Amino acid sequence: MKDSTNITLTPPRRASQHAGLKLWLSPGIWITLLLVLLVGLLPVITGNAATREVIFTMLLSVVLATNLNIILGYTGYVSFGHVVFFGIGGYTGLFMLSQYNAPIWLALFAGGLVAGTLAFLVGKAILRLRGAYFALATIGINEAMRAFVGNFPPFGAATGISLNFGIYQDYGGAAQALWMTYILLLGLALFSVILSYLIKTSKFGLSLLTIREDEDAAEVIGVTTPNAKTWSYVISAIIPGMVGVLFFFKNGNIEPAEAFRLNTSIETIVMVMLGGQGTVLGPVLGAAGYQRLRGFLLTNPLFKDIQLSVAGLLLLLIILFIPSGAVGWLRKRFPRLRKVLQ
Amino acid sequence: MEFNLAKILPFLIDGLLIGFVYGIAAMGMTLIWGVMKVINLAHGAIIALGSFFVYLLFVGPFQLHPYISLLLVIPIGLLFGMLIYFLSIHRVINAPYLSTLLATFSVNMIIIGLGTAQFSTTPRAIDFSLGTFHFGSITVLGTRLFAAGAAVVLTAALYLFLFKTTPGKFVRAVANNRAAAELMGIPSSRILALSFGLGTMLAAVSGGLIATFFPFTILSGGTYQLKSFVIGVLGGLGDPLGALLGGLILGALEGLIPFYMGTSWVPVVEFVMFVLILLVMPKGLFGAKK
Repeated sequence: MKDSTNITLTPPRRASQHAGLKLWLSPGIWITLLLVLLVGLLPVITGNAATREVIFTMLLSVVLATNLNIILGYTGYVSFGHVVFFGIGGYTGLFMLSQYNAPIWLALFAGGLVAGTLAFLVGKAILRLRGAYFALATIGINEAMRAFVGNFPPFGAATGISLNFGIYQDYGGAAQALWMTYILLLGLALFSVILSYLIKTSKFGLSLLTIREDEDAAEVIGVTTPNAKTWSYVISAIIPGMVGVLFFFKNGNIEPAEAFRLNTSIETIVMVMLGGQGTVLGPVLGAAGYQRLRGFLLTNPLFKDIQLSVAGLLLLLIILFIPSGAVGWLRKRFPRLRKVLQ
Repeated sequence: MEFNLAKILPFLIDGLLIGFVYGIAAMGMTLIWGVMKVINLAHGAIIALGSFFVYLLFVGPFQLHPYISLLLVIPIGLLFGMLIYFLSIHRVINAPYLSTLLATFSVNMIIIGLGTAQFSTTPRAIDFSLGTFHFGSITVLGTRLFAAGAAVVLTAALYLFLFKTTPGKFVRAVANNRAAAELMGIPSSRILALSFGLGTMLAAVSGGLIATFFPFTILSGGTYQLKSFVIGVLGGLGDPLGALLGGLILGALEGLIPFYMGTSWVPVVEFVMFVLILLVMPKGLFGAKK
């Protein structure tokens, strides 16, 4: 009896405030943030455009993998067609830019909004499916969207949307626009990492992790699973929608086959798996590592032609022998690192 | 747009004949899913390999008749599938399904990577014809008629195997309840490998049949793999006969839809239908009867 009164006497709010402060002192978040920031600032410091292009691809993957990890790693739902949000965001943004001459920040906002809304509507329906059925449904959504956009005249149907080159003049010319796009992407990458960490350490994140472990048990202990699942899906869709705008703004044009490429989705899953799903650092490491490897294989004369096969073989070996990914493996192998590697 | 049967019928029949071939590819996918709950993402790559096998023997020094090559595809496809199973899936068969999805995807990457390096992605076609057949006002390509016939024979053979032979009964037992089957002394690993081999064989045969009337590249299997998903869901995942019927439905739709809207709307209808059926009837169109 005495024990139970003790528990009720502890003011819960103070405890959580304390935890809130601790959150920001935890090394887990700083390691990841500093890693992204340092690599991201590299081209800004050197002013080298070639480095910038390399890091741009890497940061793009970091954003996609980190956000996919929210639904895949935390909630445990394998969204196989996640590229649909990247694509629809890109289309929305380019539509606004080309038709209404909208400023880039408005296009970014619209891209995120449409991606989030789509995730909400689709999620309400398909998050009732479990396991492989959900994965198949997300593939179906992506393919349906790709086919639909290819027939949708406002989005340029099969030819897509091309930006007028003059649009870059508003941002001080094409060279300046590229740098601005890069800085915006770096900002979104840092924001994704912070968001991922905040979710993981929040009560909401805890309910997601519970769903991942056992959805029925989560429901029994009071998690409103449909809402939690839908919101995690929506959150994981918004920033990919925004970087879709950035990517295709930089690209200058968008077409269905490129915007909704199913392989992009699967590659993103691979990155999350490589680094370690359900961790904050994992997707970042996985994305950077995968792109480094791809770059190496593509430029290596021995592997150039068969880079896809070599990547496939490595992936197979990792799935067979290190299924929890790099961070998961480190955490298991060196328990002391668990405090540091989130 | 009025409903003109005489105009529509040739397209409907053409669609149905192709539907048989889609059905075979989907049957392989659905068999693998039904027995071991694995979605085989290497299915498309194997379909393309089937096409290339028949093509290479046809243009090579042997100039082998495509239908003789198809007979060779059956044992080779079976062994190849068993090899894939033991190399990539066996270790993760009990892991969460994401592992098997990615394991088969990595096999897909390996095949596509080597295939692209070896064959590039220029479209190939087998210059081969069985002429045309006339039924009243309807003209049918001989190769498609043969493909449909082969599909029916293959389906019948698969059912005979599954229901009349001991290994077939083992396959069904493992699909039904693997743990119980193991307790009865059924060598489940070998049966899983056999099932994966059968699924792979069906994919490869469908690829070989496709090669006799459509041009193809190493990447074109991806389209048929997506169609297999749609068909598998239409017919109920895990139900081989449902897959054949689903293939016919999809083929008929592909024949008919262009009458009412542009051909480019076909995939929109297919995939919207796919998602709706997953949501409303996850057991497939014919699932209710069982």
